[in-house]
Amino acid sequence: MKKYISNFIVCYAVWILLAGVSVPELVLGAVVSAVLAALLWKLLNLELTWKTPFALVLFIAIYLPVFLFELVKANIDVLFRVLNPKLPINPGFVKIKTGLKTDFGKLILANSITLTPGTISVDADDESIYVHWIDVKGKDHDEYAKRISGKFENILGRMSL
Amino acid sequence: MILQIVFFILLGLGVLFATIRLFAGPTPFDRVISLDMINIIITGLLAVIAALKGNALYLDIALVFAVLAFLETIVFARFMEGKK
Amino acid sequence: MSVLSYILIIAGGIFYATGGLGLLRMPSLYTRAQAGTKATTLGTMLTLAGVIAARPEWTLKILLIMFFIVATNPVGSSTLIRSAYRSGVKPYGQPEVDDLSGFYGKEEEQ
Repeated sequence: MKKYISNFIVCYAVWILLAGVSVPELVLGAVVSAVLAALLWKLLNLELTWKTPFALVLFIAIYLPVFLFELVKANIDVLFRVLNPKLPINPGFVKIKTGLKTDFGKLILANSITLTPGTISVDADDESIYVHWIDVKGKDHDEYAKRISGKFENILGRMSL
Repeated sequence: MILQIVFFILLGLGVLFATIRLFAGPTPFDRVISLDMINIIITGLLAVIAALKGNALYLDIALVFAVLAFLETIVFARFMEGKK
Repeated sequence: MSVLSYILIIAGGIFYATGGLGLLRMPSLYTRAQAGTKATTLGTMLTLAGVIAARPEWTLKILLIMFFIVATNPVGSSTLIRSAYRSGVKPYGQPEVDDLSGFYGKEEEQ
């Protein structure tokens, strides 16, 4: 039941964001969301609690600025790499251990790795993420992990995602 | 007006390079990546058209286009997986 | 449309053009995907921010599009790269480290 209500709230929120606030839309959205939440029972696995809104605000306030800064840095890095006539690259596939437990945390970490300088995540299993790195630097796997995901992992770990 | 022309020239360059890669790409995966890139550029273009025309309907089109572009990439990737 | 929105939109256009150039110049599929994904994501975000600056009344809907692009674009290219690796597309040069090489063989045996 808790899962059904969580699914319903998320569907309804997306509907309101898309359709705007007016009486017919709100009624229709409630009906459609009720049906969708039942249909998506197996696919959507969300657990909302009373803490979720606070976690969301914390996420936006702390994680997003770091992420946006890294994204801009990544693009300037790509820009210089592309415009440099020698194309300085030294690619390799690297395995990175992660301590994050939840699926959502791993998804955020993998997306962040893809959008930060020189790395793109390829695959993930239970405790590590495989990354294609355009310019491998460093000697062992601890150093790789520190260079690629250290910053994000630190923040996400503290938010216990 | 000039600024609009500058924007459209830059966007056109992006689409042009991606199209060259679309025809030249040695593997099918290169083609899908360039197609994905063209799709995302079109999403941005639709939003700009919405602002220029002052019609919010184009935003809905942009949103649906983004959803379809994502689905297209996933479907192609899963379809070609494991084929040598 | 104001000057600020034009600045943001043209910055987005610059990243679109760079991404296309990267797609054209990079030597292998994996490096191409890097240039393509990152540049188009930031380019679209800047362009949409420019639209927000021009029409503040559409902010919510544009934020939804932005969120959607940021959430799905990396997932799409990760899936594509993964399937390319499993199909045996060769990376550029001789990779120094290749931790993935044993991963898929093991998975198929199980």
